[in-house]
Amino acid sequence: MYKVLYNKRISSNSFEMAVVAPLVIKRAIPGQFVIVMAREDSERIPLTIYDYDKEQGILYLIYQVVGASTEELTYAKDEIFAVAGPLGNPNEICLHPEEYKDKRIVYVAGGVGIAPVYPQVKYLKEHGINVDVIYGSRSEDLLLIRDKIEQVANKITYATDDGSYGIKGFVTNVLEEHIHDYDLCVTIGPVIMMKNVCELTKKYNVRTIVSMNPLMVDGSGMCGACRCEVDGKPKFACIHGPEFDGHKINFDLALKRMNVYKEEEKVKWQEMKERLSKEVI
Amino acid sequence: MNDEKVRGRVQAPEERITNFKEVELGYNDEEALKEANRCLQCPNPRCVKGCPVNIAIPEFIKGIKEGDLKRAYEVITRSSSLPAVCGRVCPQEKQCEAMCVKGIKGDAISIGSLERYVADQAILNNYASTTNVHKNGKRVAVVGSGPAGLTCAGDLAKNGYDVTIYEVLHKAGGVLTYGIPEFRLPKSIVQKEVDSLKKLGVEIKTDVPVGNAITIPELQDEYDAVFVGSGAGLPKFMGIPGEDANGVFSANEILTRINLMGAYQDSSKTPIKRVKKAYIIGGGNVAMDAVRSLKRLGIETHLMYRRSEEELPARKMEVGHAKEEGIIFDLLTNPVRILTNENNDVVGMEVVNMILGEPGEDGRRSVTQDDNSLHTVDCDMVVMALGTSPNHEALKESNMVLTERGLIKTEEEKTKTSLDNVYAGGDAVTGAATVILAMEAGKKAAKEIMESLS
Repeated sequence: MYKVLYNKRISSNSFEMAVVAPLVIKRAIPGQFVIVMAREDSERIPLTIYDYDKEQGILYLIYQVVGASTEELTYAKDEIFAVAGPLGNPNEICLHPEEYKDKRIVYVAGGVGIAPVYPQVKYLKEHGINVDVIYGSRSEDLLLIRDKIEQVANKITYATDDGSYGIKGFVTNVLEEHIHDYDLCVTIGPVIMMKNVCELTKKYNVRTIVSMNPLMVDGSGMCGACRCEVDGKPKFACIHGPEFDGHKINFDLALKRMNVYKEEEKVKWQEMKERLSKEVI
Repeated sequence: MNDEKVRGRVQAPEERITNFKEVELGYNDEEALKEANRCLQCPNPRCVKGCPVNIAIPEFIKGIKEGDLKRAYEVITRSSSLPAVCGRVCPQEKQCEAMCVKGIKGDAISIGSLERYVADQAILNNYASTTNVHKNGKRVAVVGSGPAGLTCAGDLAKNGYDVTIYEVLHKAGGVLTYGIPEFRLPKSIVQKEVDSLKKLGVEIKTDVPVGNAITIPELQDEYDAVFVGSGAGLPKFMGIPGEDANGVFSANEILTRINLMGAYQDSSKTPIKRVKKAYIIGGGNVAMDAVRSLKRLGIETHLMYRRSEEELPARKMEVGHAKEEGIIFDLLTNPVRILTNENNDVVGMEVVNMILGEPGEDGRRSVTQDDNSLHTVDCDMVVMALGTSPNHEALKESNMVLTERGLIKTEEEKTKTSLDNVYAGGDAVTGAATVILAMEAGKKAAKEIMESLS
């Protein structure tokens, strides 16, 4: 069991959670992820590390409610059953910041994708690399942790589909306008957004790193549920990733593979809502 | 003379395909005694030589004959840390029972069933030794809580060492927990074995990916010795077109969802596809476990293997059980392409017939494709059970020397690795093998560690 310090709603569909997990974050470097289980009989769900306090041993997570298991996680107020990590490989820039001192880097985040982007931008700032951030969502209320990302980004540009905050349009509109300012792009968010960003950066020949978040079970290289096609070959996001060269990812396949358990998940979510409503009463 | 072995009771096939309860029900007292009395108590027993951990088999059987099950249990546990597990999953027909003299002209003694009987009675009656161990103050880290790690930890703890096991999953047991299904090895049995280690003072830290959260060099600094039993978990795929379709899974994924996450129960929060027709590709024990698990979910299940029945690497008993359960065996057949619809869902496979050739260097008969036999089969799930290989996640930052095959290299006939005070055993060293061989390696490593630290 891991002690939960808080688990609070930060938007209509997102939550921020603080968990005491010193061994998980002791050696963590941004780009890695964890697997959490709300209860002993819960599903294992992969979540990216949003922030950490190594001295206090506190891990911070941001997650979006997208199904039964994330819904269940919102009810964990005092403790959660499991937090395994850090898993996967660190972001390559954070791992070797000295090699990227001269690069002009832009981070492009979409929706809850700001959660894994934030610790990278923060870490790079601490290591003397200032990067720009383009952050988009459907509307203003879905833009998360604005105050925090503004503290660490060199320059931040917002884009919303409905124009309720920042520029009206997509992150790709903003990126295309400034594409010549950058040598390297990191993009994290919905698969369709990462796909669009990569199509754009490929056109302008700007190297792009993406962070894949496919279905996973164990997260330790054992099941292969998370396999992605990279450069025509299957790679496991959990141990070979989660970050890959975005120009080599087969995004159409990744989009389709997200639907493997779509029907089953719909049923489980409905069951979960009924169960939780009874438990609360 | 009528000297047939006493056959243990099993759940009837038509009943057991509707549940995940254990298939083999085990001997009752009367059956065990009858079978034990068949043992000739050879003065120079061959069966012991057939056992990888050399259990004093006639001696424990004598305990059963004389009604002293506690002594029988003590005899077994002198050599084996996980008797309730081994009694169930060891390939006895290739080991101890294959050597039994009674097997020359008739039925060998059912040593595995007798071992299981003793171990189950021990659990039921709480025979576990509670002798106080004098702690020697030396500390050993064990990476992985599968059969190798559990055995190594148990032997060290019994000899006064402080042992900490690091496990990446949320439950201990490794393949015993995520891999072997409930109907072959009830998880309550695994839990009992794990609990008995805890009673010996072994600490188990779950959720810890060694290599990421803590590295082997860090463990070398913190402990007097390290044992790496990280297994062979990385599933192999065929590399044929369509393998990334929705509905193509590794056997590991299917088994992990079912065993570790309990997805066969409606109440489980982890989903599993309840399809109509599944093909499991492969012929080993893992393939049998996967195909029989899916059968229990009400799926029409086929096992597709490129060689013939004779070459199936799985235990004969498992093959027999699978047949009784209505698994359809499509032998001498191999997929060459997986067919999908526009959503990338599996809708079938293109398969070819295979022709057996002469035995190759490894003794296995070669197979070639009959190019004129291409045909299609319908299905909505394909499960690859082609074996696994070790991944090297746990070894990050360690400079561990590996073999050409990517296995951990150990000194000849030893478990000592290229790193100071680091030992390794089980599938991480041998490639995917059996539970008992992993246990044997765990025992050997514990012995070497004790010799080097004394």
